[in-house]
Amino acid sequence: MDEQLINTHTPLETQQVARKLGYLLRPNDVVTLTGDLGAGKTTFTKGLGEGLGVKRTINSPTFTIVKSYQGEIPFHHIDAYRLEESHEDIGFDEYFTDGGVTVVEWPQYIEHFLPEERLNIEIKKGQDDHRQIILRPVGRMFKHITKELFR
Amino acid sequence: MGEIMNDKKDQYILAIETSCDETAVAIIKNGNEVVSNVVASQIESHKRFGGVVPEVASRHHVEQMTHVLEEAFVKSNLEMESIDAIAVTQGPGLVGALLVGVSTAKALAFAHQKPLIGVHHIAGHIYANQLQEPFTFPLLALVVSGGHTELILMRDHYDFEVIGETRDDAAGEAYDKVARTLNLPYPGGPEIDRLAQEGVDRFDFPRAWLEEGSFDFSFSGLKSSVINTVHNAKQKGETVEIADIATSFQSSVTDVLVEKTYRAAEYYGVKEIIVAGGVAANSGLRSALLDRFDSSAIQVKIPPLWLCTDNAAMIGAAGMVAYEKGYRAGWDLNANPGLDIEMYSKN
Repeated sequence: MDEQLINTHTPLETQQVARKLGYLLRPNDVVTLTGDLGAGKTTFTKGLGEGLGVKRTINSPTFTIVKSYQGEIPFHHIDAYRLEESHEDIGFDEYFTDGGVTVVEWPQYIEHFLPEERLNIEIKKGQDDHRQIILRPVGRMFKHITKELFR
Repeated sequence: MGEIMNDKKDQYILAIETSCDETAVAIIKNGNEVVSNVVASQIESHKRFGGVVPEVASRHHVEQMTHVLEEAFVKSNLEMESIDAIAVTQGPGLVGALLVGVSTAKALAFAHQKPLIGVHHIAGHIYANQLQEPFTFPLLALVVSGGHTELILMRDHYDFEVIGETRDDAAGEAYDKVARTLNLPYPGGPEIDRLAQEGVDRFDFPRAWLEEGSFDFSFSGLKSSVINTVHNAKQKGETVEIADIATSFQSSVTDVLVEKTYRAAEYYGVKEIIVAGGVAANSGLRSALLDRFDSSAIQVKIPPLWLCTDNAAMIGAAGMVAYEKGYRAGWDLNANPGLDIEMYSKN
């Protein structure tokens, strides 16, 4: 198992881990993000966007399902929550292959559209602001990126 | 006698909007008159607990497009040859959905040799107000919907500056989540608005003012506070007066929206406030805004409900202004899911 763990103690620390990951991701990479309400998925996504050079405010894509931003490369933030009973393709490949990075929240609802090789991240809530970030890379390149993150 | 003859020919814009759930086509005359406006909602039949499964797939837009187009022409009694230009939502939105509108517009424009205009979806929401009355600059637009909460300053046509926006949830999203927590039927926003008229503001929910001078918004703390209050009461076996929750929640949302809008309006010295987006239908927000600006010289303009939700008439209104300014899209016009309104206005 290539699972890796990072413990953070403040939202800022979580954001910094995400920013560092943003520096390491390559065009067409897909990251899934799971965790309870208030676990820090939004904080993490903001950090990731920062790492990719996004200057605009990153906010919730729950209603619009996707929000796309322009950083050094495109950055797509997908929230599949509203697609639970949909089973429809909304053009996922257009996002996954346009040379940008995509973060997917509620990935279980669009499992069969996701690329096999990707980085699955879970954020677990601990006491107060303590968080456990669990990285589960699938594929050689994502295992490499996960290792890099710990340097 | 004495009447100045206006020999200016009437101008018609065919407008297409497919950025999310709705397949919409409209024909607009001279930028301010709705000749026809057809919206095929794709969300009507798929209700589930507290939400809707959206049929945002391109396939649904493709199925609807020809029917909606045909109906827009039938209702208008016009033929394609009367159309002066074709305007289409280019972004932001879902790429697959946007592509259906953009491809349709390009095909029609190419086949009939008409000018093609790409329109920003939020610019459309703002320009919906021009179907009522012309703008007076500088103006401040408060855009509030399920997906957006933004304050946009306009010093002139097609000059957009985002001076504030939500850092987390949009106002409409907070409404939806609170409604779901209270087990209210979908759509939750109007239901909370109705209940808010009956309750008492006794919970004193948080108001996120953020840093001094910031025109940004934040609603996720408020949302969590409401959810916690309801859950804690349930665990203790207490009954919560849903109307009181609704009133307290709504006053927290409107206080911040209205006060920030007021401060920004004063700061930038605007002449009018334009409200746009689905939450503009909220009666609490409407009356709070009108009250706050009552003794002010700044005019508050709120469009009718049918213009607040996604439609193509607004794209036609925005498209007409672009057309008059000479903006033309090339045959390489593409859907841009992340189209930035500030960048868009500079092009």
